[in-house]
Formats: sequence, C-alpha cells, structure tokens
Amino acid sequence: MKEILNDIDRWRAEGQRVAVARVVGLDGSGPRDPGAAMAVSEHGEVAGSVSGGCVEGAVVTEALAVLSGTKDRGVVTFGYSDDEAFAVGLTCGGTIHVFVEPLDW
Amino acid sequence: MSARADSSATPVYDSLNAALRADQPIALATVVAGEGIGAKLLVKPGADPIGSLGDPDLDRVVARDALGELEAGLTGTRHYGQHGEARERDVEVFIESFVRQPHMVIFGAVDFTASLGRAAKLLGYRVTVCDAREVFATPQRFPMADEVICDWPDRYLARVGASLGPRDAICVLTHDAKFDVPAIVGALATNVGYLGAMGSRGTHAKRVARLHEEGVTDDELTRVMAPIGLDLGARTPEETAVAICAEIIATRTGRAAPSLRDTDGPIHA
Repeated sequence: MKEILNDIDRWRAEGQRVAVARVVGLDGSGPRDPGAAMAVSEHGEVAGSVSGGCVEGAVVTEALAVLSGTKDRGVVTFGYSDDEAFAVGLTCGGTIHVFVEPLDW
Repeated sequence: MSARADSSATPVYDSLNAALRADQPIALATVVAGEGIGAKLLVKPGADPIGSLGDPDLDRVVARDALGELEAGLTGTRHYGQHGEARERDVEVFIESFVRQPHMVIFGAVDFTASLGRAAKLLGYRVTVCDAREVFATPQRFPMADEVICDWPDRYLARVGASLGPRDAICVLTHDAKFDVPAIVGALATNVGYLGAMGSRGTHAKRVARLHEEGVTDDELTRVMAPIGLDLGARTPEETAVAICAEIIATRTGRAAPSLRDTDGPIHA
C-alpha cells in the first residue's frame, strides 16, 4: 500500500476518483501475498500490482466498473478453480481473492 | 456532522496515509463480505480506533484481534458474528498489518557499504551507516542511507540496540578488529535476526580469538555469519551485496539456498 500512496494522492489532487484493489486471500501458490495492493484512477491509470502481471488487466476492468457504479464493491476471484466464465487466471495455478472498492473511506 | 456530507472526505485513508509515511505500525480492518461490506476500522497501538465496522461489539473484538495481528506482523481474513461472536461467519474481515520497516545497520563506511545500502533499500530496509571515522561517515558518500552516524559501533548500539528485533540486520563491514570486535560484541547483545561480519577466513579466525578474549562464547558465535554472505563467487561490491542480502533472506526463511531447479516443494516461504 505504501508504494502506491504517491500515485493515489496525485490522482486525488487532480480531482480524480480512485479505486483500490487488495489481495485478501490466496489458495495455493501465488506471486503476491495478502495485502498486495493496486490503485486505479478513473482515467484508467494504474499503480502497484496484485499478481505477477497475470490478472492486472482484469482488475483494472473491475476497478473502473466499481468506480462507474456498474458493479458493487466486493471480492473478485482469479484462478484455475474458476469456471470458464473467467478468461484470466494465474499461470502458477494458484487462486487469488482481490477486494476491489472505491477509495471513499 | 454537517447536514451535507462531504463525499470526498476520507478520514480512515488520511490517517492510514499519515501513519504509513511516518513508518508507524498500524492495522486496517475491512469488511470484505457480509453485512456492511467495505466498512473500515483503523487500529493503532495506544490510540482510539478510527472508523467503525457498524457494530460497537464487533469493533471492540476486531480492534483487539487487529492489535494481536499487528504485534505478530500477520495479515489475513477472520470471520465473526454480527456482534463479534467467534465461531460465527456472518462477516468476513480482512485485517492488514502494516509493520514498521525492517532496519539494517551497517558498520564500516567502505565501498561495500554503498552497494549493500542500495541492495537493502531495494529490499525495503531502513538503512543506517555507522563508522567512527568522520572523513568516511558522510551522507555524501552514502546518499542511499536513511542516516549516517559518526560514532563507535558499541556506543551506537548501546543507544539503539534495544529497538532491534528479529526482522532487523546488522552487517559489520569494517574488517578491522579495532571496530568490528566492539561492533560484534554489541550486536550479540541485541535480538537482531541477522548478524554478519565481513573478512577473509583468516581475518575471521583472528577475530574469533579477539572475541573469545572479550568473553564471547562459542555458543554466541554461532549467530555470527562470517565470512559474510552466500557462496555465490561474488567479486565486486555489488555482487557481494547480493550475496549478503540473499543470506539474510535465507536466514529468515531457514532455507539452505540451493537452486530451485535442484529442489522440489513450495517456492514461497
């Protein structure tokens, strides 16, 4: 979280809304531990990461949906255990649970 | 509370932001599933929590658990009843601990110090360089260091030794008995998780004799990683810094540090 504060503060100073995604759970092997955080500005700029690059693109989509109000805040799960509805997974075979929310707290 | 709520006010984030920038330990609890999803409680040792998870009893129980998790440096999810009951699963709370940065103290203001300081910053350490020689112990020579102290190692450790714990490291790079014997004696009195000392095998053998004279026991000497670093065949200060940092990680995780190709089992500690 600490490494993304400067970006978050800059975006907010520009008047942008920001979404924060954090890894809250991990099953099996995963590249980043719980607490790994990523922030997305309403213009789609990105800071930080939640995996080794496998799911960041999908997290941006989720974050923008949460900011625009088309999705509620909540946990999104990425991994092989998902059904085919999820196009992205982790190449390492693990499953990560990412909590995506607007920074309104 | 004003009638027109300011939708851009972020009191929990602002407090978290300030604590992280000041490197103060703090824990953030977030409801990630169940009633009140997204609700936050920010818990700081010795201060009133900020925010609420929506129920005073739940707040009280989670604040207590968050302080425990923070003390242990743990991050994870826990389940509670709506009023904080254990063994119920109405709400899932993610408790994230933000512990202070680990601290690396490097004794000796030499070329290897600059490289090790840079590598340590990469790994997230707060770096202190300490040397008794005024000409060498300057911030200009070690711009990567968070602080450069001109003092004798034993005097410095007498001041800050009590603050060093298992996540911290002391690296003695002076390889001059005049400095490194008091540095190692002082370091052995701390609870530091890693203690390494630079020098050839010959230098270290002489140093061991001096340490024995100072009353250091063989049992205590098992804590000293010397010659310092993993056997990578490192030559340059930069390569040596990698060998030292790799040894610090392997010491923390208890791994023997072979290549992953030659082992099986989980990659992450």
